[in-house]
This record gives sequence, structure tokens and C-alpha cells, in this order.
Amino acid sequence: MTNRKPNQIPRQPMPAQPPEERRHNFDEVAQGYTIEMAIDEAMRCLQCRNPRCVDGCPVQVRIPEFIKALRDGDMWEAVEMLKDKNSLPAICGRVCPQESQCEAECIVGLRGEPVAIGRLERFVADWEQQQGVREPEAAPKREERVAVIGSGPASLTAAGDLAKMGYRVEILEALHEPGGVLVYGIPEFRLPKAVVAAEINYLEKLGVEIRYNVVIGKLYTLSELQEKYDAVFLGTGAGLPIMMNIPGENLNGVYSANELLTRVNLMKAFRFPEWDTPVRVGSKVAVVGAGNVAMDAARSSLRLGADEVHIVYRRSRDEVPARHEEVEHAEEEGIIFDFLTNPIEVLGDENGTVSGLRCIRMELGEPDESGRRRPIPIKGSEFEMEMDTVIMALGTRPNPLVFSDAEGLERSRRGTVVADTDTGRTTLERVWAGGDIVTGSATVISAMGAGRVAANDIDAYLREEEQPWDTERAAASA
Amino acid sequence: MYRILAKTTLTPVTTEYLIEAPEVARQAKAGQFVVLRVHEQGERIPLTIADYDREAGTITVVAQEIGSSTLRLKSLEVGDSLASFTGPLGRPTEIEPDGTVVLVGGGLGIAPIYPICRTLREAGNHVIAIIGARSGELLFWEDKMREVTDELIVVTDDGSYARKALVTEPLKELLESREIDRVWGIGPAIMMKFVTLTTKPYGVETIVSLNSIMVDGTGMCGACRVVVGGRTFFACVDGPEFDGHQVDWDLLLSRQRYYVEEEQRALELFQQSSQQAESQETSRS
Repeated sequence: MTNRKPNQIPRQPMPAQPPEERRHNFDEVAQGYTIEMAIDEAMRCLQCRNPRCVDGCPVQVRIPEFIKALRDGDMWEAVEMLKDKNSLPAICGRVCPQESQCEAECIVGLRGEPVAIGRLERFVADWEQQQGVREPEAAPKREERVAVIGSGPASLTAAGDLAKMGYRVEILEALHEPGGVLVYGIPEFRLPKAVVAAEINYLEKLGVEIRYNVVIGKLYTLSELQEKYDAVFLGTGAGLPIMMNIPGENLNGVYSANELLTRVNLMKAFRFPEWDTPVRVGSKVAVVGAGNVAMDAARSSLRLGADEVHIVYRRSRDEVPARHEEVEHAEEEGIIFDFLTNPIEVLGDENGTVSGLRCIRMELGEPDESGRRRPIPIKGSEFEMEMDTVIMALGTRPNPLVFSDAEGLERSRRGTVVADTDTGRTTLERVWAGGDIVTGSATVISAMGAGRVAANDIDAYLREEEQPWDTERAAASA
Repeated sequence: MYRILAKTTLTPVTTEYLIEAPEVARQAKAGQFVVLRVHEQGERIPLTIADYDREAGTITVVAQEIGSSTLRLKSLEVGDSLASFTGPLGRPTEIEPDGTVVLVGGGLGIAPIYPICRTLREAGNHVIAIIGARSGELLFWEDKMREVTDELIVVTDDGSYARKALVTEPLKELLESREIDRVWGIGPAIMMKFVTLTTKPYGVETIVSLNSIMVDGTGMCGACRVVVGGRTFFACVDGPEFDGHQVDWDLLLSRQRYYVEEEQRALELFQQSSQQAESQETSRS
């Protein structure tokens, strides 16, 4: 086996539940490499001296090093290399858009298929989780108390890093479960909740205290936290759904993707009536948007029993923002993609329930500010589709609830918090922020990276004798 | 945490719970609500705060046993804990010294108007309350209401207790005969709609508390969308109180009914399982 040249080994496909089977269950779709597959795939890595994949990674994971250790069978070394930069690899290996990050830069990919870095990352991380609960190394304890608001990827990373540094960390979570978007947003079939639970468990072992049902802005204000804690990290993400503002949007049967996914993932509505929260999708479902959340909503609808599920997207296939693998999986499961189509009205019946979606065809014009070609409606091309459920997956904004009584905390016009990218510092003294609350809806890995940056800066700040807070600097990065 | 300290049956279908929640009590204000879960598989139930005691660290909620979740809540005993209890959520009632105010509480709506009456009175208002129910046995807190109002009018639909009238009748009489500065109407959506229709011709500002379906209660899901003055709001964070004359009532009523079938199914299952549990209990003893 080891005699083969890297370029003779094909990229190892990911074992997956067959589409016909998985469209009826919520079990994980991608089942993970076997050790043989992982080692074969690791053999494909050229171990570049100047690894471009690392530059493609938002947190510069030591990719060639962890792959080499894996190839050599030194699994603990692989874990260590991987986790040196990424504290949540079992999660990132599953949800990162590798094709536009590390794998996009892979040299092997120039002539063929790139090394499946994400799948290897998941393999190593899953191996580590299978070894049982890790015993964290004890760091010298520090007196300072840090409040981490929210428990999504940015907060989990910041909390974990700070706890390892010895700080007394409390996570304040608004919901009754930890994990943020990893738990309420991403479905079980893409990210099993057991994977998230293992990370939470590890944090608790590190001494992080998690308090639930604590809504900042209501139960405590930011300024109260500023008084009570030595440092505050704001990682509440972007949880406020954006709607289209078209007629008929409040009819029964129109959901925000957040509502559908929260019912299904957090409240386990797919197990109704054993679990109390219901969810209803009809036989024909339209999901508006084509990001990862749209794919999740579409594929969840299918699993809830819909016969026909459409992705309605105003741009073309080339502009689809979802991960490549999600689109592929969705298509395999029979999701219908209506490109260059934009809803203009949700139609309802006499009971106030959705009966259809009125759309207009689009064509692509000149590139817009996002660099993608602007979709332009084609006059007179309106048409109607029969539908009984419509799900809006158009993105999210930070939830403004957390900002009540947070005077001095500068925010952008989009409602995101202004923070220094190098440190995570906001314009409010001793308050750091990172993740979607700063960037608007982005990726798990970038949120994780921001959590780490903030944790390091919190540590540096709390160790300083003089503690000046340069609000100008944060404001300048707006 | 979130222990039930006292449980009082108010009517055959209504129960009052005193919950240990010192942090929530510290911040709670009239007009706000909490979201609670009875057990781990439970749904998030929004309930308006019926009373709070900052010193004792308690919140009072009143629930009507209309479905499986509220029946399950009723099955808890004093000393039991709720699975979760989140609050205070929503915006508090805007309290101003208006002059003479009328608060109309129908059925379960009597509970939320209680702390609003008290706060309005403390702010120097002359507080008149109208409380009503379908029949006398469904009425509660008459004595408690008397303590926080200057005038209390009690009605029942069927006349089985006090005056036989709908809540809108004494409201109309007050609007005809007195100078009323502001009105609150809290209760079933259909009652609130008729309260606003009653006050509309008199041009008296009327506040209602919208009880749309909610999931998280923090602005995350938008299940509670309501239209007020032609604009869409989330009742959980923008409300729950709104200008009643601007509310699209038909939309609210229609959205409240979306899960009726599922609610019915859950209720039947719950009743079956509690009957089974009961018969097992009897056969054992």
C-alpha cells in the first residue's frame, strides 16, 4: 500500500447513507472514513514545503503536519497538530466550506481532485472523541472572571481557551441548551448533537460554568456584566431572521428558516408527539435562498415528509453560497433547484394558509457590490407555483436584544458590533466580540477563529499592569 | 432551580403557580412574560407575568389547562422544579400618569392585568378594572383585584355570578359617561378585538397584549409575527403590548389556529397516558 505514489491514489469518496434511505431519517448523512480510507487519502498529500492550504484556512490549521502524523499512524500527534489552531475540529470537519478554503488552494487539486482535508480533519477529530473523555491539563488558576455571552462556535472557543489559561469562565446562554447555531440551526443529519455535546462536556471538565435561560439585555444588561466580571466576550451570533417583505409573508405556512430549524433541531419536533413541540410542513415546500441554511431547511422538510421541495434562488447555480457537498446531497435527495427565480408574493387560500408562490424570472447583469452578477427581473415573466409551505432562508442579522442598555457599544448600519479584527475589542471597555455578531452570518470556522483571537487578547489585557482601552482603534475597523 | 413554591387551583381550568426565580423577579415588570418548559421533552410555553415579588424572589404565573403542556404543568407538585424558566421577556407596560384608566381582563386575562393595575395605581392613576368570564366558576382573583383598583366591575357571560354582561358592555357605559384616558384589554384575541372595536368610536387609546404562537420568545424565530399598523412585528420582542386599534386581528386569530390539529393530538395522547397511569396506580393499591 505504501509503495503507491500519491498521484496514483484517487480521492477517497465519503461513505454516505443512500439518498433513498436518508431522505426519511435524521441520522447523519456522511458516515466518515474508515482508517484505511483515511490513510489512503492522507497519502495523497504532497507535504508541500510552502503549504498553500494553510493560507486558505481562516485559522491556519497545521494541515500538512496533522496529515503527516495521520499517515504515519501517530494519531495523538495528529490530534495535537490539528487542535493547535482549531479547537472544534469534529465540528469544522463537518461544516466548513473546504472547497472554497483549504481545498481550493491544494496543489494536488490543480491537476485533479484536491486532498480531502475536511474529511481527514473529521476523521482525526472523531477518533479523538472515540477515545473517551479527555482529561484536560490543569493550568495555574487565575482569579479573574470572564463572562462569555452565548454558546455558539465563537463563544465555545473563547471559553475553552480562557479556561485552559486558568480563568474563571461563565457562559451565559439564553436558551435551555448549549451550542447556539450548532444546536438550534444545523440539523442532526449534518452535525450530530452528540458531537457538539462532547465539546460542551470537555468545556465543563475544564471548569467552565454554563448558565442557561440567561437572556442578556433582559435578565442582566451588558453594563451590569461589565461591573460584575473582569472581561466580557460577546458571541451571540446573528440570530434574527431576515424576511423578504413581500405580500402574503405572514400567512400560515410561511416560516423563517430559523423557526423551522429551531422547532426541528432544538425542540426535536421531528419526534412529535413524544416531544411536545410540533412542526408542520405540507407536501409542496419552497425554500427561498441557497445558502447552507436553505439547504438545511429544504432537506429537513423532505425528512419531515414533504413530497416535493424546491430551492428558489434569484441567482444562478454558479452563485450558490452553500457548501458544495450540501448542494450535491440535496440534489441526490431529490431537491428541485429553481435558479434565476425570485418570489414576489406568497399566495393564500380563504383560511389564511399558503397556497402558492408567485415568482418572477431573473437574468444576470453586471457584477454588484458583492462581486456576483446582479440578478435583474425579466419583465412579464411572472408565474405561479403551487405550494403549501414557504420557508424564508435569506440570512440573519444580530439579535438587538443583547444591546439594550449597552450605551457606547458602536454598531454598524447592518446592526453588527464594531470590533477590532486583531483583538476583538469593541468600543466598550473590557467588552470583546467575535463571530457572526461582528461579521454578520458567516462560517463556524471564522467565528471560532474570532473567539480564539479575543481569548488571547483578553489574556494579554488582563495580564497588563496598565490597561488602556483604545476605543478609537475598534471604531477604525468599522 | 425554578421550584414551584405554591400551587393554587383558581377555577376548574385555571391554576396559579408561585415560582422561585430570584433573578427574574429582580428584573420583572408588569406586562412582561416568561417562557417555561415543564419537562425535558417539553415545549417552550409563554406565560404573562401575573405577579412578582423582588424580595421573596418569586414570580407568579397563571395557566389555563387547555392542552397537554398546561395539563402536565398542573400535574407537578409543590417542591417540583420546572425544566427551564426564562425571563423577563418582552417590553414592560408603559406606565404614565394618564388620569383615569380602564383595564379589561377576560378569563385568563385577569392575571396579567393585575400587576398592570397595581403599577398604574402606584403611578397615580384612577384605576377602573372590568373583569369577566364565561361563568362565575371561571372567575378568579376578584378580591386581589379589588386591592389594586379604585373601582372594580365584575361580569359573567351567563349571569351565573355578578352582572350578566360581556366585558364590552360596562366598558361602553364608562366611555359614554366618563372621561377615560387609556384602556387596556387583555384576554382571548376575540375579546381583545371587541374591546378595541368598542373604544374605537371614542378615540381612546387601547393597549392589548398579543398572545401569538412563540417558540424561543427572544426574537429568533418569528413565529409570533403580528401586523400592527400595516407593519410586521415580532410580538415577543417588539411587544407583547401594542396599539389595539392598529392590530390585524384576523391574521392573529388565523395564525393562532395553525397547530390546532397537533395540539388536539398531543392532548388526546396525554389524556390516554395519564388514564393508563391512573389505572395502574389503582390496580397497584
